[in-house]
Amino acid sequence: MTRFARGSFFAALCSTLILLALGSQVARAQNARLIGSGATFPFPIYSAWFKQFSKDTRGAIVDYQAKGSGAGVQDFINHTVDFAGSDAAMTDAEIGKVADGVVLIPITAGQIVIAYNLPTNPVGLKLSRDVYPEIFLGKVTRWNDPRIAAVNPNMKLPDLPITVVRRSDASGTNFVFTKHLSAINAEFAKDVGSGTTVEWPRSDKIVGAPKNDGVTATIRQTPGAIGYIEYGYAKLTKTNAALLQNKSGTYVEPSAKSGAAALAAAKLGADLRGWIEDPEGADSYPIVTFTWLLFYKRQDEKKAAVLRQLVEYCATKGQTIADSMGYIPLPTNVAQKIKTATAEIK
Amino acid sequence: MSDHPFAIVASAKIISQAPTGGEHLVDRGFRALALLSAAVLIALVGYIIWKIGGKALPAIRDYHLGFLTSSSWNVQEKKFGILPGIWGTLYSSVLALLIGGFFGLAVAIFLTQGFLHKRLAFLFRLVIEMLAAIPSVVFGLWGIFVVIPAIRPAANWLNEQLGFIPFFATSLSGPGLLPAAIVLAIMILPTVAAISQDALNSVPYRTKEAAYGMGATRWEVILRVLLPTAAGGIFSAMVLGFGRALGETMALAMLIGNSNQVSLSLFAPAETLAALLASHFPEAGEVEVQALMYAALVLLAITLLVNVAGIGLLTITQRSISGKV
Repeated sequence: MTRFARGSFFAALCSTLILLALGSQVARAQNARLIGSGATFPFPIYSAWFKQFSKDTRGAIVDYQAKGSGAGVQDFINHTVDFAGSDAAMTDAEIGKVADGVVLIPITAGQIVIAYNLPTNPVGLKLSRDVYPEIFLGKVTRWNDPRIAAVNPNMKLPDLPITVVRRSDASGTNFVFTKHLSAINAEFAKDVGSGTTVEWPRSDKIVGAPKNDGVTATIRQTPGAIGYIEYGYAKLTKTNAALLQNKSGTYVEPSAKSGAAALAAAKLGADLRGWIEDPEGADSYPIVTFTWLLFYKRQDEKKAAVLRQLVEYCATKGQTIADSMGYIPLPTNVAQKIKTATAEIK
Repeated sequence: MSDHPFAIVASAKIISQAPTGGEHLVDRGFRALALLSAAVLIALVGYIIWKIGGKALPAIRDYHLGFLTSSSWNVQEKKFGILPGIWGTLYSSVLALLIGGFFGLAVAIFLTQGFLHKRLAFLFRLVIEMLAAIPSVVFGLWGIFVVIPAIRPAANWLNEQLGFIPFFATSLSGPGLLPAAIVLAIMILPTVAAISQDALNSVPYRTKEAAYGMGATRWEVILRVLLPTAAGGIFSAMVLGFGRALGETMALAMLIGNSNQVSLSLFAPAETLAALLASHFPEAGEVEVQALMYAALVLLAITLLVNVAGIGLLTITQRSISGKV
């Protein structure tokens, strides 16, 4: 009797232990923790997506650290993350450093606006194609410059110096903005060039501020300031953004519609990389960019499954919130291409 | 015997006993621990310098001392120089020390020399020490939203009226050297005030009373007796404050304007080494990281030099005050 009791107790203990072990095994398998790092530009929408995805998908937790595109690519090459985000995709040299292969997915897109602060707070300042690069070169220095006044006949422009506010830190925003200016202005291409950090002309009217929020705050606090920020930030803070003259000569306001028009004109390569330096089309807003998620081609099977799920979520359900957050929903042809690319994440 | 007043102290049990083995061990152990702590500290500083120096070595080889005197920071062309950074770091810190040092010392005198009721002085001290707990970013934002708009009219008036003086040669649009220095001054104020207070409090009461006894007025006592006597402590307060100003990062990155130029004008945007490091590190490529490490090494050297010079000056002033040669 006692022996039997002891035996059954022992059996119960064993089975409990086995169950516990199994349970934890199952829990571990389901708790796929994905770590990503990189671009700050899409961070608001990424954090909304990843939070929702982690909530909807049982056991999947996605963490994303907005360190900057360059740092993200570095982490990706060093294999310290499961995926990364980058506004500049990856260069061929960088791709060559990843032995496991790279899948690049343009997951969302955004536009960069030229925000300004003028004393009477006039809305709808127009800037022509030959003037705005020269403002950022420090050549057009006063608001009542005849070339600005010529395209804004109804606006009373003050006799104020133009203070250019630029990003002081390296960023994808810099990359996209300077690439656009270099594409439309030969002098800008020669003197400043393009990159995540560039050497701006030296002037006491060109100041640097850190990150999008730093630039936004400085523009809002400086009468006569002009600077470039993401559309989402301008929308959120209700900062005035200029209408820019596009390639076909029309003045276009930054909006989801004009951004989508520019994206539709974009040509992506087979690896889904592609720059839209100066989009075609009468309705296109001139400064737009895709931003990419970077994945490995080969990894742990379970992780790959969750990663594929994640991309699918972002590319379909996720796109519905893009507009309200100041990003541009992906055009259908790109969404189609993403589907084929996602299959390569194994 | 037992009624002797020193009976307890003199009892054989307490005093006339050789240290036991345990006591000996504790003594030795403590000594070793103290030595070890000191050694670890020195080794840590050495390790940091070695590590940074090692990473900076390729940049030092490529750019030599020209790095210190050139002023472009161009990643595309791989041209790096930190003259504006060195200039801006020293200029902003000296300005901050002039402003913050003066007010810090004034506050210390005000709080220690009986101008206020004790409780009120305590409250004041608490408020000033709370300044030290405010995060750097908050100071930066406060600078953008409060300091810059507040000083802009005065700065632009000075520029219009006295623009021929190099200090006022440009107008203040937004971020610039003066707003950065003002915020920096407020940030170092608690350090300067707290240590100066300690220095003033440690002046012997008798010295002060003797001066009053000789018929000196309050101002004479403060200026001729107290300050010279406490000079050593006040001086180290200034050195520490200056050191903090040199290394301050986030608030300066937001306020200084990050412009690669060397200008005497108080209203022009400038650059500091710490701000340069903070804004370029996260996205820097391999070559830029080497250049940044070189810049970090220079910042370290400047801080070290300031501290050594401070200690040197301190010993000299103390000697001249106490009259020893």
